[in-house]
Amino acid sequence: MNADAKTEILARIRGALTDQPVVPETPRAYRKTSELSREEIVEMLEDRLLDYKANVFRETAESVAERIATQLGASARYVIPEGFDTAFLPEDTAARRVIMDPNDARKASALSVRELNQVDAVVTSSTVSCAQTGTIFLSGRPDEGRRAITLVPDHHICIVPLDSIVELVPEAMARVEPTAPTTMISGPSATSDIELERVEGVHGPRTLDVILLG
Amino acid sequence: MSITDLGMPAVRPVHGQGNLHAQVAFPKAAKEELKNDQMRANIRHATHTIRGKRASVVGEVPDWQQLRDSGSAIKERVMANLPELLEAFEQNVMARGGVVHWARDADEANRIVTELVRETGTTDVIKVKSMATQEIGLDAHLEEHGITATETDLAELIVQLGRDKPSHILVPAIHKNREEIREIFRREMPGATDELTSEPRVLAEAARQHLREKFLTTRVAISGANFGIAETGTLSVVESEGNGRMCLTLPDTLITVMGIEKLLPAYEDLEVFFQLLPRSSTGERMNPYTSLWTGATPGDGPQNFHVVLLDNGRSAVLSDPDGRSALHCIRCSACLNVCPVYEHAGGHAYGSTYPGPIGAILSPQLTGITSEKNASLPYASSLCGACYQVCPVKINIPDILVHLRDEDIRTQHGQRTQDDAAAAPVSHDPATESADDWRSEKVLTGDADSDRTDPGSRTPRAATRGAASDVVASVRSAGRKIAQSAPARKIPTQMDAMMKGASFVMSSGKRMSLAEKGLPLGRVVAGRDHAIGWLPGVVGGWTDQRDVPEPPKQSFRNWWKKHEGETEQRLAQDGVVASDPSDGSADGPAAEPPQSSNGNNDQDGAQR
Repeated sequence: MNADAKTEILARIRGALTDQPVVPETPRAYRKTSELSREEIVEMLEDRLLDYKANVFRETAESVAERIATQLGASARYVIPEGFDTAFLPEDTAARRVIMDPNDARKASALSVRELNQVDAVVTSSTVSCAQTGTIFLSGRPDEGRRAITLVPDHHICIVPLDSIVELVPEAMARVEPTAPTTMISGPSATSDIELERVEGVHGPRTLDVILLG
Repeated sequence: MSITDLGMPAVRPVHGQGNLHAQVAFPKAAKEELKNDQMRANIRHATHTIRGKRASVVGEVPDWQQLRDSGSAIKERVMANLPELLEAFEQNVMARGGVVHWARDADEANRIVTELVRETGTTDVIKVKSMATQEIGLDAHLEEHGITATETDLAELIVQLGRDKPSHILVPAIHKNREEIREIFRREMPGATDELTSEPRVLAEAARQHLREKFLTTRVAISGANFGIAETGTLSVVESEGNGRMCLTLPDTLITVMGIEKLLPAYEDLEVFFQLLPRSSTGERMNPYTSLWTGATPGDGPQNFHVVLLDNGRSAVLSDPDGRSALHCIRCSACLNVCPVYEHAGGHAYGSTYPGPIGAILSPQLTGITSEKNASLPYASSLCGACYQVCPVKINIPDILVHLRDEDIRTQHGQRTQDDAAAAPVSHDPATESADDWRSEKVLTGDADSDRTDPGSRTPRAATRGAASDVVASVRSAGRKIAQSAPARKIPTQMDAMMKGASFVMSSGKRMSLAEKGLPLGRVVAGRDHAIGWLPGVVGGWTDQRDVPEPPKQSFRNWWKKHEGETEQRLAQDGVVASDPSDGSADGPAAEPPQSSNGNNDQDGAQR
């Protein structure tokens, strides 16, 4: 049945193309390489993220733990992916505790969806960020984790190393493994479905804190 | 295009089915929708807002035109190489643990999805907004088979809870304002209280609460796809709210329904479309969330992944070299937002899942222009060209509209070959079988079906015969006569009758003069406001929305007859000798002074 459908659809398409349309070479005259300085690119990313109502902080390896602690607040249970550099994290306290997810939902220690719904926040790194559009790419690398952990918790604290920031979309896409499960994030979740008026905070994390690290 | 020329097997185009047909043809539906002032105000507000946003974010991209050129060329390449790309896509999805299904039409796609859901043993599914599943009427089909599909996109949820129909590609509830949405939520959402205000933020929060538990517990999700990458088998969904991520990430099973035209050859091509789509669509630099996945990733996301490749008329669109670029559409809806016709008529008037300018060229091609109700869609445009200007993949919508009008006219006049024009075999689809009420209003007999039975024998001759003899009397009764004399022949439209009649009258000075005697009648019709607010028949469309000024009391021909002598008089006074004094003067009255027995009123009339 299915084989029949495939055969028939392909025959229909071949029948539709008997005029043998000539395909021109695809022009790619759009910008593929940035001409801006590093600082200009970082400023552009910051500007775009703020426009999306994300919170942006510039930190160094020394100050990042304190920033994370501040953003989490005194009382928080938060999750990190297994490959995340724990040197960036504040010390656990009685009220603030980190939970490590093994990056594989099949493992017994993996947090269930329900458990993820109970945690207060998630802290991850990121693959690359595109300044032109204010977009952070997560591609399931060990310090980014599986997709569910950055989706269900209501607060995402995301580390963006300065050297992972590029200006243009083509530059960013080139740094992502195509078949990796990828999430491109441009600000906290939002909707424009009511009178096309943008409202931040629907199903995805309603708070996005971006830490520009370097 | 001739299929047999190249010695290829002749495959007749097979058109699509499902929510692609109007129940009521555009002119009639638009007339109804125009009465809805609230809806028009809502749409006007929304489209004007988004126009401004789009213009501002497109304006900041210096290489926008280069991106459009690339997008257009990539899509052209996709269409030319579609069989190879589809097979590559299938192989790559399978290599990554996904299952690929092929669906010739809406029925087949619905059956496949229903069966896949049944196999999981669940009766609840969550859905990501998808044009393809709207097109095939999947939700209704699932419901008939005891499966509840919950729409998770906010606008789709508003439409679903309001038992309404989508009216916009991007914002299906664009025709509802915040007050109306609040009312729907209060009525339909369990637990909604009086505290629910009409603030968009509050309404969005209500949707979050309403759907949260669904996301956490539902084991099967159904999505569409914005892009499918042939070289990797990767799929992509572009969204804002996170409902897409929820559906694509949390369930055990994911079923994606994708039109075959959504493919892109290479991953690299995404860098073009990820720039074109969000700016054209929501007027944002980038939409909040874009998901990319390839097959099933062990330990991350749904472990059972199916993709259903949907034809449903797309191959038929592909078969027309002059219309196939309609398949380049990436469903951004920029053309809707700039269209003056959409702004006034709204999305519902188009009937199909695909409204606006793109719908006007896509729907009639998917169903075939011989599908009577959709045959009016190519006329639902003023050809102002704004749609082409904003289209991110440069679909020349006005050109295709004109091409489809030509197809329609030639179909009406039997000038297309049977293979060309015959309604291709469409699987059982009630929408195509219901009697037409667009054309029939204009068809003299109202018997549109006879016109459809034998397209090969259509001839405009019948129009010649009847209409010419009966211009002044009721065109409807004339048409009936024609129909009786030649029931199997092409039924002339009122337009045919009008054109024939005009030719008959204008070709004779006597008949023209006689016809002009009817002018004062128009003045009676016009009444005291000197305007005619309603005309019957095919010209009635004009008077629906505007008035026609009353005709002059006297035609120019009659006025000239009385006054042409004045010229000679003046020439004589100036001492100039008329070149041919005998010319025409024998017929006309002798030279008369302006203050003749005709009186002042007549002059007024002639100058009006």
